[in-house]
Amino acid sequence: MASTAVIDKAAPTRPVKYGSMSRDRAWALRWSYFFLMLFAIFSLLPPIYMLITSLKSSAEISAATNPWWVLHPTLENYIGLLTSNQFLTFFRNSALVSIFVVTITMLISVPAAFALARMRFWGSATLATGVFLTYLIPDTLLFLPLFKMFAAVGDLTGIQLINRWYVLLIVYPTLTVPFCTWIMIGYFASIPKELDEAAIIDGASWFQTLTRIFIPVALPGLIAATIFAFTVSWAQFLYPMVFTTSTDQLVLPVGIITTLIKGDVFNWGQIMTGALLGAAPPLIIYAFLMDYYIAGLTAGATKG
Amino acid sequence: MADVTLRKVIKRYDDVEAVRGIDLDIADHEFVVLVGPSGCGKSTTLRMIAGLEDITDGDIMIGGDVVNDVPPKDRDIAMVFQNYALYPHMTVAENMSFGLRLKRYPKAEIKTRIDEAARMLDIVELVDRKPKQLSGGQRQRVAMGRAIVRNPKVFLFDEPLSNLDAKLRVQMRIEIKKVHQKVRTTTVYVTHDQVEAMTLADRVVVMNHGRIEQIGTPNDLYHNPATRFVAGFIGSPAMNFVPCRLEDAAGKLHIRLTDRLAFPLPPNRAARYQGVPRNEKLLLGIRPEHITEAKAHPEPGIEAFEVVLDVTEPMGMETLIYFTLEGAQICGRVNPNAGAHDGGPLRLAVDLNNMHLLNEVTGVVL
Repeated sequence: MASTAVIDKAAPTRPVKYGSMSRDRAWALRWSYFFLMLFAIFSLLPPIYMLITSLKSSAEISAATNPWWVLHPTLENYIGLLTSNQFLTFFRNSALVSIFVVTITMLISVPAAFALARMRFWGSATLATGVFLTYLIPDTLLFLPLFKMFAAVGDLTGIQLINRWYVLLIVYPTLTVPFCTWIMIGYFASIPKELDEAAIIDGASWFQTLTRIFIPVALPGLIAATIFAFTVSWAQFLYPMVFTTSTDQLVLPVGIITTLIKGDVFNWGQIMTGALLGAAPPLIIYAFLMDYYIAGLTAGATKG
Repeated sequence: MADVTLRKVIKRYDDVEAVRGIDLDIADHEFVVLVGPSGCGKSTTLRMIAGLEDITDGDIMIGGDVVNDVPPKDRDIAMVFQNYALYPHMTVAENMSFGLRLKRYPKAEIKTRIDEAARMLDIVELVDRKPKQLSGGQRQRVAMGRAIVRNPKVFLFDEPLSNLDAKLRVQMRIEIKKVHQKVRTTTVYVTHDQVEAMTLADRVVVMNHGRIEQIGTPNDLYHNPATRFVAGFIGSPAMNFVPCRLEDAAGKLHIRLTDRLAFPLPPNRAARYQGVPRNEKLLLGIRPEHITEAKAHPEPGIEAFEVVLDVTEPMGMETLIYFTLEGAQICGRVNPNAGAHDGGPLRLAVDLNNMHLLNEVTGVVL
């Protein structure tokens, strides 16, 4: 701050507040911590409540004791779910759907984003906007037409799509591909133009430029897109609810609701446990991939 | 290695003509610098040679083959970019070998070439580093190394030094010259810095508004500029231009600058300008080093006159002086001991043997 004072010779004299900047910063930090704490409490309370409830027996849940305290901790809910074939089937279906959807999404949206960001062709800008607009159409608007379509395909070709988990592999990419393409366009556009020109002069084809330069350089973006695609397909509720009905075809979120709520009997302990277990894979993936989510991977490419 | 030829090359973007018909012959092993102000079309010309821009009309030949429709990778060229364009996720060695690996060169061959280039550029100890761990000058060396290992027909440099600080730029300029002396690859180098152009080039191509103003060796351009643009662009401080006209007095051809100031022309100049109409609006072009302090015994063609200085700039080995003549600011270079000071009078001498006479309207040097 001293240097500022020196440069500012011509300015009218006023009391120079040395360190005023850091004081402002300290206040900003204090307030941001306050609101972050508030936010953290707000968003962590439900999972903590779920964790507490999942450790209780059904009797204790319905007893009139302090709901925030476990008197007789038990793992019976966990053991019950993890030894139930049904629950493991839901889990397997969810995993299969998510892994396939992430793969399909990346295989489509990465080359699409590269083409839209770099290979300027007629209408590419309009197409890029169009891709994003499709993402804005709510799925509640689409599930009925889609259902009719899949039913019609089943009638015409005999290929059974309704009530099969793999129908979700067709439906989910309509949600994930536009968004992932859009964020990858953004990442690819931030890569300096000279980098692909250098690659082209070095003799790389478009495909080699994509695989050997763009994908490694845009890895943080690729990971962000992967996380997004995984989260969307793992947590999707409406579509599987509509398109799958048999218990062997259900994915986790729908499975928990349909099998653990029997009439008006809510098996709260197991519902909480199932939800917690279901939330575990995205959490693990976030934690694991965040290590690779290194900002500024392009540092050193150009003058920067 | 190969020669490069441009025939009536035109580049048009929608309505704007960036390059307006360029003819250029670059010989094998030659180091040619394209220089000009920004927007003069020099980078576009280079990028058309590289194949990164399509040409609207004309022909580009490399090694005798027309390459108009040949993709960049098949033109056998290497390019060094202004901002280096190193692959950030690869080490220095991987950056340099990328092109060779794509062409499936044997590993041993790649290693030999990298070692050789790294030694030449003095970056042997950096080959395992990533670009972000390098300084600007080191990155520029790696970018050059990437070009050298390819052993291409032509090197293309697009303002490679403009991101470096002044001191490093001088150093890298010498490096580039050394490298060219060793590898002798035909080189096309683009810069806006006339000092870089003068120091590096075998021949300099001065461009302006998408056209070539003049092609010549650095000394040729400096001493015999063809147009006002070249005369003013090459040389620092720039050439002075003073409005003037010719007149005949006492049987000799004179050049009249102001009502009170006129000089007789030396015989060789007088002969050269004899045919110029006397009433034509002209410009006297004179370089600062030809305006010095007056000596006791001047040589023929050197004329003395008195001025009042506006400003002086002591540079150590010389002092730059500035004064005004007919509204034009004139710069001269005098001995530091000549007694020049701000606002003071000084007797100066102008060396008319090195003068230029320009048509004020067309800007052509007569």
